[in-house]
Amino acid sequence: MTTDEVAASDDSRADTDIEAAFADGPAFVPYLAAGDPSYEASLEYVEALDRGGADVIELGLPFSEPIAEGPTIQEAVVRSLEAGMTPERFFEFVEDLDVEAPLVCMTYYNLIYQYGGSETRAPIAADETTSEEGPRPFVERAAEVGLEGFVVPDLPAEEADPLRGACDEFGLDLIFIVAPTTRGERLERMLERVSGYVYVQARLGTTGARDDVSDQTDTSLERLADHDVPKAVGFGIKTGEHAETIVSAGADGIIVGSALVDIVAEGHERGASTAETAARLEEKAIELSTGAARGAPAETDPEEGESNGNVPEPEQP
Amino acid sequence: MSDSPQQRRLESDAERTAYEDGTFGRFGGQYVPEALMPALEELEDAYHRYVLENDDGFMDEFRRRLRDFGGRPTPLQRADRLSERYDREVYLKREDLLHGGAHKLNNALGQVLLAKYMGKERIIAETGAGQHGTATAMAAAHLDMPCEIYMGRTDVNRQRPNVFRMRINGADVNPVDAGRGTLKEAISETMRDWSRTVEHTHYVIGSIVGPHPFPAMVRDFQAVIAEEAREQAIGQIGSLPDSVVACAGGGSNTMGTFHHFVPDADVSLVAVEAGGSSLEVDEEAGVAPNSATLSTGEEGVLHGARTALLQDSNGQIMESHSVSAGLDYAGVGPELAHLVDEGRVNPVNVDDRIALEGFHRLSTEEGIIPALETAHAFGYLHEVCTGSDDGEASREDPLGESIVVNVSGRGDKDLETVIEKTEELGLEAAPDMSVFEGGL
Repeated sequence: MTTDEVAASDDSRADTDIEAAFADGPAFVPYLAAGDPSYEASLEYVEALDRGGADVIELGLPFSEPIAEGPTIQEAVVRSLEAGMTPERFFEFVEDLDVEAPLVCMTYYNLIYQYGGSETRAPIAADETTSEEGPRPFVERAAEVGLEGFVVPDLPAEEADPLRGACDEFGLDLIFIVAPTTRGERLERMLERVSGYVYVQARLGTTGARDDVSDQTDTSLERLADHDVPKAVGFGIKTGEHAETIVSAGADGIIVGSALVDIVAEGHERGASTAETAARLEEKAIELSTGAARGAPAETDPEEGESNGNVPEPEQP
Repeated sequence: MSDSPQQRRLESDAERTAYEDGTFGRFGGQYVPEALMPALEELEDAYHRYVLENDDGFMDEFRRRLRDFGGRPTPLQRADRLSERYDREVYLKREDLLHGGAHKLNNALGQVLLAKYMGKERIIAETGAGQHGTATAMAAAHLDMPCEIYMGRTDVNRQRPNVFRMRINGADVNPVDAGRGTLKEAISETMRDWSRTVEHTHYVIGSIVGPHPFPAMVRDFQAVIAEEAREQAIGQIGSLPDSVVACAGGGSNTMGTFHHFVPDADVSLVAVEAGGSSLEVDEEAGVAPNSATLSTGEEGVLHGARTALLQDSNGQIMESHSVSAGLDYAGVGPELAHLVDEGRVNPVNVDDRIALEGFHRLSTEEGIIPALETAHAFGYLHEVCTGSDDGEASREDPLGESIVVNVSGRGDKDLETVIEKTEELGLEAAPDMSVFEGGL
């Protein structure tokens, strides 16, 4: 049975801080682009989310061609890049952060693939062989600064084995996105390779805050109901009420990006102080994390503790 | 020249055309958001059934429409004055005579028709110079499909005639303001649309770029150029040509022109890229003032494929440049990257000035106004056949005695740019343009 296989493959990857973060009640997983709109301000913003109840934090390392992002995060990427963000600076950023929540790096594959390879790289037309290090140097450095996982929106399971291998070597989680269009064999392939949590894409399209919650979420959660891995739903969640609705539909966590980036953008445009924007982010984080908690089943099984090596899986309501 | 044209076909032919895993050597693949993967699987299935196996007579209908609607076959024409000037046999594959004025229709018609066979209800496409956009808009009108085109703001401004043509064919044109507003941004935005609408929309990608099966499929639609040219060359020259030359941006006219010659080991294949204003890179500004991806690019992942890219040391994609909007792209098709890597295709480049001189030469001497993209191939031809006149070491000569050059498109769309740039660069070989002061 597939569920067993998945559970078996999870055993070797269990016990990560990220999976533990889903253990006691629904997880609130906020996203911000690191370095947006400046390195210093961004540090404070991420720390504000941590204080506001973040269980896991997704930190965006900006790529110049963010094909999965809607306008809100595209603009954040531009602000961050203009402020000088680079992969190396990003790793320093992670080291400088003072947060409780485990950190996940969200970026595109080219940045992972290119990292640390500059000495061996040569034009493809040059008649020399290049050493194939692939994603390993990036993952090694990520582990060194304390990152605990990756989300790579342009890396489907079919292309992910080199990164999965490096993550296993350094003990990091690799999170995959399940889209409303993901079914059958593809879903199995992904679930064999996933660890940490599954990012359930609530609707088709790019990232961005919406005024309603998609019913595509319910069907996606149904497809995953038999699989023993935490399911965090993202794409379009904006309010505490959305969070509550999504958790009560069976999600183990909620991922919120654009609604938070909107606050950063608005503060930046208005010339608000860093402290004021940080306070608004913390307030929003509290709204979302308490919203998610309200959606949880009233009784939580006391045996589902963080110390348990197995991935806890609340029964579907 | 007594060899049979069939001799020295490379062994790897069958292997090369298989691509069951969607890769060309270490290039290619499917690096796309998860939401698009099922659509790619569906497309792969349709590509195999309809294109490779001619299910429901798809390829028959495609070829019939290429003939009746598109005007195929296009001629292979001997360029008399260039042949005399260079003392070689120069033949022109006249894709500029295809309906719409460029090779782009081969692919656009194939994909829009395929979308219809697949039961899709809407067409989207990106465009750089506007040639692919106009070809897609024409094909969509011809086959009665609603069509939306994404085009970078910079390109909208420098290719206005094509914007009007798309609108006149009934397509919506959506300008893209991100980045420098060229092809790269237009592709990203079209992918975003597709990830929203994938269930009923087909993305007609305009070149041999993107995730599998696009590079193989677009090449197969464009390979009609090589199929005709090879047969025409044998008929008219009496043998295979010594070399085949095509300009290269994303690479669809390039691979289309090369494809059936790739196994012909004795035929030299030359891809002419845009050297822009310089091959030097400004890493600080993130700008490569050229589009010479095959010559100078490094391996990376962009827009769904592992290929050669113009990128900085961190892996951020550079802003490319060329006087020709259709070559202005930081990536290139994975199959071309592979063939260059293997040494089968020879990548060369010429700068904006040489391309413009090529433009004027073909216009005045052969009576053919080429697209600025195409003009790069003629700029290169001249450089090689006459030797460099600026004191630099002359270029290698891979061309031989008989040369087929693909005239990928006609230059009507470029006249404003040509007038402006000819003035700016102070070209001597050009006709007096002062009559056009104040623009067209």
